[in-house]
Amino acid sequence: MKEITVYARAGQGAITTAVIVGGSYFKEDKFAYAFPHFGAARMGAPMNAFIRVDENPIRMRSKIYNPDYALVIDATLMKSQDVFSDTKDGGIVIINSGKEYELDKDNIKIFTIPANQIALEVIGRPLGNTAVLGAFAAISKEITIESLESAILERFKGEIGEKNAVCAHKGYQYALDLKANEN
Amino acid sequence: MKVFMEGSHAVAEAVKRIKPGVVCAYPITPQTHIVERLSEMVADGELAAEFINVESEHSAASVVLGSTATGVRSFTATSSQGLILMSEVLFNIAGMRLPVVLTCVNRALSAPINIWNDHQDSMAIRDAGWMQFYAENNQDVQDLHYVAYKIAENKDVMLPCMVCMDGYILSHGYENLDLVEQDVVDKFLPKYDALYKLDTENPLTMGLLGAPDVYMETRYAIHKTMEEVLALLPGIEKEFESIMGRKVPLIVEKYKTEDADKVLVGMGSVAGTIKDTVDELRANGERVGLLRIIAYRPFPKDVIYEALKDIEKIGVVDKAISLGSSGPLHLEISALLQEKKSAKSINGFVVGLGGRDIKKETVKEMFSLLDEETKAVRFIDLKKWYKEESPIMVLEEE
Repeated sequence: MKEITVYARAGQGAITTAVIVGGSYFKEDKFAYAFPHFGAARMGAPMNAFIRVDENPIRMRSKIYNPDYALVIDATLMKSQDVFSDTKDGGIVIINSGKEYELDKDNIKIFTIPANQIALEVIGRPLGNTAVLGAFAAISKEITIESLESAILERFKGEIGEKNAVCAHKGYQYALDLKANEN
Repeated sequence: MKVFMEGSHAVAEAVKRIKPGVVCAYPITPQTHIVERLSEMVADGELAAEFINVESEHSAASVVLGSTATGVRSFTATSSQGLILMSEVLFNIAGMRLPVVLTCVNRALSAPINIWNDHQDSMAIRDAGWMQFYAENNQDVQDLHYVAYKIAENKDVMLPCMVCMDGYILSHGYENLDLVEQDVVDKFLPKYDALYKLDTENPLTMGLLGAPDVYMETRYAIHKTMEEVLALLPGIEKEFESIMGRKVPLIVEKYKTEDADKVLVGMGSVAGTIKDTVDELRANGERVGLLRIIAYRPFPKDVIYEALKDIEKIGVVDKAISLGSSGPLHLEISALLQEKKSAKSINGFVVGLGGRDIKKETVKEMFSLLDEETKAVRFIDLKKWYKEESPIMVLEEE
């Protein structure tokens, strides 16, 4: 079983992000359970959404405390939430940010993706979720970019769907280049 | 059709296939997504129902009482305070033998205000004369709605039925589901044909005065019917499987109880977390199991007794508390073992109130506490407060 946590603020589409990830796995014939945890129910309040994935139906209903993958939609949350120590050993953190992050834990990998920048260019609004997901597909190889694109187009109809799919592809390419440079 | 869908939307899709003539509800979180989606379906012409907007849950329940009384299949859904506000009408619906179906998206009760999951709402109205079924996952949620109408509208039953699903955990959780096709649902669930209905051509009255010479018999009749429902459930399980092509357990589910020394008894989505923990503990050689209760009303005493009679250590997991006593499920399981003259001592655990997360560690702690002195009430995962911090939140350290 793989576990993924989305770190965002209420209004930043954490649930949508989790549902698109779950939907991508579903398209690859996996079982997924995507669910939110609401906090104070106010715009801007920190909130998490979670995804569990497995070859078998998911039965576990608790929140996720130590994810394999952490998707940080809003990097300012890292001031109040210790994303790095939450993440499982050997796990991967993908941060929507233009800046680099220092890590005092050896066995976690960090990737920063300027996802809001990508979204501003493509959509005209700083909604980096789908670019982060493109990067997630490239880095984790958990889901293909094709199933991600198809899950995005199912969630967002028409032009906004097309633009989000472009964001995903750009995030995907950016992360592939990052990985290539790394090697 | 395989889909990846939110629990609330799975309810709406099920209700669409059930084709009620009237949908009436008042929005309350975490139930809101169900009627939101149903209102879209009605507006888009996908569901030929009258969607009635009202000003409160008391009115919503009154509307479905009235519409069902005229012989029209009706649906409503609510949570928490909404269910409690409906309660006066809920007793009337049962007393008038109206087969209303209600989805209770389980949520804690105020005060303090809390929108998160537990079972205190549906437990508070367990005595209303409604059948209650608790879902473990969203496939159950969908399937139990077809079953709910099937049983409720049976002419030998004619009682309302509540499908209980855990707020957020299921209502806001997206899962892989198999959505049943319309023609299959039509085969399982025939059109509603009321036994009695309000009709100006053939006038009758419902819910009139029941003086001491008849009232008691009306309650006895409901109680008798509830008992008879238990005998009908296995047949409905069979019919469901033969038409839908998959099983839906309606009474209890035994998970690795056959050779178990220790068994936890629980209802709803916590069963999934317990199953995963059971597998983990069994991998370490512990003989543990789960008994999941699905039908809470009627209460399947004999089946529960058969499942538990050879188990050495039993713990009942309640997401509710009868304040000043113990968990409602704990009380009933203790009572039924007493009735069967079984000397077993039953531990009671209160967990997950107001959305307190129930983790694998929570489940492991309960299994391990079964080795200690028996207690009717233990709150698990409780924080400690001291008198000096707040005089009304007292919890001395043990």
